[in-house]
Amino acid sequence: MEINRVNTRIIPFRFEYHSPSSLGEALTILSRYGSEARILAGGTDLLVDMKQRLVEPRHLVDIKRIPELRLLREDVGGFIIGSAVKLRELERSEAIKGRLPLLHEAVSSMGSVQVRNMATLGGNLCRASPSADAAVALLALEAEVLIAGPTGAKRVPLEGFFLGPRATLLRPDEILTGVYVPYPPEGAGSAFIKLGRTSLDLAIVNIAAALKLRGGIVEHCRIAMGAVAPKPLRLRNIESLLSGRELTPEALEEALGMVEASIKPITDIRATAEYRREVSKVLLRDALKTATERCGGRRS
Amino acid sequence: MRIEFTLNGRRRRVDVEPNQLLLNLLRDELGLTGAKYGCGIGVCGACTVLLDGEPVLSCLILAVEVDGKTVETIEGLGEGGRLDPLQEAFIETGAIQCGFCTPGFIMAAKALLEENPEPTEREIREYLKGNLCRCTGYVNIVKAVKLAAERAKYLT
Repeated sequence: MEINRVNTRIIPFRFEYHSPSSLGEALTILSRYGSEARILAGGTDLLVDMKQRLVEPRHLVDIKRIPELRLLREDVGGFIIGSAVKLRELERSEAIKGRLPLLHEAVSSMGSVQVRNMATLGGNLCRASPSADAAVALLALEAEVLIAGPTGAKRVPLEGFFLGPRATLLRPDEILTGVYVPYPPEGAGSAFIKLGRTSLDLAIVNIAAALKLRGGIVEHCRIAMGAVAPKPLRLRNIESLLSGRELTPEALEEALGMVEASIKPITDIRATAEYRREVSKVLLRDALKTATERCGGRRS
Repeated sequence: MRIEFTLNGRRRRVDVEPNQLLLNLLRDELGLTGAKYGCGIGVCGACTVLLDGEPVLSCLILAVEVDGKTVETIEGLGEGGRLDPLQEAFIETGAIQCGFCTPGFIMAAKALLEENPEPTEREIREYLKGNLCRCTGYVNIVKAVKLAAERAKYLT
C-alpha cells in the first residue's frame, strides 16, 4: 500500500463522481453516503490530498454546478456569497472591492491566478486551515456561515465554525452553502497583511484589521490573525482595549504588549513559534496604521 | 463516464474514468503533450491550460469536470502553420531554454493579454507568479510578454 503514496501524477484509487444540479440533490447524496463522501469544490486542496492518499473518499460530490451556491448578491446590510464562488470572481467584483475592501484585499493575495480561478471561498473556509487568508478577513468582518442539512438551514457566526486545524462544525451530511458578510460601518478603514516566504506561499502570519475613528477615538475595532493558533483567531481582548480610546503611541504599545499572551503559535516548516510571536506584533502595528490611514473612505 | 467538451475549437466526446485528471486525458489519451506534469500539487504552473478562457491547473482538475466546457491548450494556438505572436515573442527574446515551462507560461500570458492588453511589468510578474521557470529566469519572459503586447497594439 506504500505504492503511489507520494506520486502526484494520478489519483491512485477509484471513486464515484456525482455532480448534483440542486442543493436538495446534493444533500440526498451526502445523507446516503455519509463519511464515505467528500464535497469537491475547487479541488486545489482535496485533489492534492487524494493524490497522496491522505483521504480516500468513495464518493465525490461536485457542488460547482449548483446554481444557488454560485451566487454573489447583496442582502440586507451586506453580501451573501455562495460557497462555490471562485476567489477570482470576488477579486474581479467591483461591488466586493467597493463595499468589502478587506475581503477583496485578502482574496486577491491568495495563491496564483490559476489557483484563484479554481479555488472557492467555501473551500477555503471548510478546509479550516489556521492560516486561511479569507477566513481571517471574514472574522474581522464578523461574517456568518450558512449551512444546509437534512433538517433545514442554519446561520452561525464564522468564529464558531472553526474547531481546529481541518475541523469545522459541519457534519458529513451538511453543506456550507454560503457566507453572509455584513458591511463594515460607514467610514471604517481596513487592512489585510500577509507575511509569506514568497507571495505565492501560505501565510507565515496574516492579519486583518477594521477600524473606525470618530474625533480620534476608536469607535469600532475588529482584529483577526491567522497561523498563530490552531484556528483563525479574533483578538477580542485587544479590540476591547483599543475601543473607546485614542490611538496614541501608548495605547498602541499596550496593545502590542498583549499580542503574545493572545496567541499560541507553533513551530512548523514555515517559521518558528518564536518568530511568529515577534512578527505578530509588527503586523498588528502595520495593520492598525494602514487601517487608520484608510479611515474615512481613503484607500490607496 | 461519457463527457463532451470543446478542445481547441473542436467538439470532442470521450469516455473517462472519474479519477482521471484533465492533464492525463490531454497527454495520454488525446496526444496533446504541450501541458506538462511538473509538481502535481498546484505550485509550478507547467500544466496550465485555459478553461472557458481562464488559466487553470489541469493536474488538479478531474476530466469529468470539463464536461460541457471549453478547453484550450498550447496546441490550439497559431493559425495555418504560423505561430501565435506570443510564441514568436518568446523565441525572439530568448524566453525559452529547455521549454518545459513554456506552454504553461504562454497559456497564462495569453489569458493576461486577453483581459489586459497593455500590462505593466508589475502586472505581468504578478499574473505569471504561479508559473515557475528553472532555466532562463524571468527577465526574458517578461520581455516576451511586453513585446507581444506592443505588437498587438501596433496591429490594431
